[in-house]
Amino acid sequence: MFGPLISKPGSSRNNKTGAWRVESRPKFLQQNCIACKMCVLVCPEGCISGTEKNTYNCDFTYCKGCGNCALICPKKDVVMVKEDPALLKGLGDR
Amino acid sequence: MAEVIKLCQPGVISAYPITPQTHIVEELAQMVANGELKSQFINVESEHSAASTVLGAVATGVRAYTATSSQGLLYMGEVIFNIAGMRLPLVLTCANRAVSAPINIWNDHQDSVSLRDAGWMHFFAEDIQEAADLHLIGYRIAEDKSMMLPVMVCMDGFILTHGIETVDMPTQEQVDKFLPIYRPLYKLDPENPITMGPLADPDYYMEARFALQDTLKDALGLIPKVMAEFAKVFGRTYGLIEEYRTKDAERVIVAMGSVCGTIKEVVDEARAKGKKVGLLKITAFRPFPTQRIYEALKDVPKVAVLDRALSLGSFAPLAAEVKAVFFGKKKKPACISSFIVGLGGRDVTKDSIKEVLRLLTAKEVSGEFIDLKPELLKENYS
Repeated sequence: MFGPLISKPGSSRNNKTGAWRVESRPKFLQQNCIACKMCVLVCPEGCISGTEKNTYNCDFTYCKGCGNCALICPKKDVVMVKEDPALLKGLGDR
Repeated sequence: MAEVIKLCQPGVISAYPITPQTHIVEELAQMVANGELKSQFINVESEHSAASTVLGAVATGVRAYTATSSQGLLYMGEVIFNIAGMRLPLVLTCANRAVSAPINIWNDHQDSVSLRDAGWMHFFAEDIQEAADLHLIGYRIAEDKSMMLPVMVCMDGFILTHGIETVDMPTQEQVDKFLPIYRPLYKLDPENPITMGPLADPDYYMEARFALQDTLKDALGLIPKVMAEFAKVFGRTYGLIEEYRTKDAERVIVAMGSVCGTIKEVVDEARAKGKKVGLLKITAFRPFPTQRIYEALKDVPKVAVLDRALSLGSFAPLAAEVKAVFFGKKKKPACISSFIVGLGGRDVTKDSIKEVLRLLTAKEVSGEFIDLKPELLKENYS
């Protein structure tokens, strides 16, 4: 008999960690952004993307709501806001 | 031992020298250097690295081999658990040796017995022929598609590793017939990438461990089948246990390893005098053949279990398990006494065995040390 033993690459995509958010989620204000990419680097899920100033946002399928992006933003251009239950739909139980 | 490993044709060998294992891997290194064995011998800086190297080798789908002893086996410890947990069919020779402190290079079973819970199969050899044969049987069982579990062949340090005995060495054709080329169920392959040993959170871990436990139960069925096949090819019969003159015995000694040879001689001598004694040799310590032991001992009035290891602060390891076999059973020996013999290479002589038989009375004893020197003991250190 064999138990869970081996995983194929890319399996973390199937783990929709967005469901881990409980009360708050980040909001990217896109007003004073200087495109320093600090939020991109600090995100544990690697789910923040953007190119130019004021274009950065995150993928709520994977955002765990940890708040690191809001904490590190030197321009206070990312803030934590109350969770929107609609964003959690279809992400599973966890 | 090196000769028989050569016949198994491992693709990768990695080991770190430690008495009394050294000459086995030294000889293999020589064979590889001479071109007699097409294998990669990887020199490493420690047993931890040796075990990690063969773990990696088996993971890529190649047959691998390592050997160690005592401190070396303990140093491999965490990798030993990983090899079983990752379901990699490695075969390792443990040249059984005492564990420090005090440092001691001679034989007892403390090293491998201390790692009994790692998920490996532990086979104990009585003589050099059996040690050689158990490696062939070991690879065959380990690599079985229903097992994929590592096997540790335990042979008593010095007594077997350095003993000289005539051994019937099989031919390459015989070995190839019995032990086909290793075809892994899964392997690390850049063309088809997988992750082995990934994090298993509380949602997954228990199932992985349950599967190990369940597979080791299945092993109790497979091992005798493979041993029967071995007997067909090589003509030598082995089993999970060996019942030596136990059928009508009134007193039976249970033991593992080379001491069984000495016990057989004592049994023969006692039988010649009309005394009904016998030996139950445990070959497979893991998986533990509970049912077979029950059948073998249920009608025996007095049983003595010999341990060459301790579980400090509790019952002797083998004795505790033999006793557990009979807990709550209607048919059982009236007395199961436990004796500690031959720690750190102290000779277990025929007289030692006779002393065990003398002490095997209706009064059950637990963890009785045989051949202890009370003059070396003192209550206070001053």
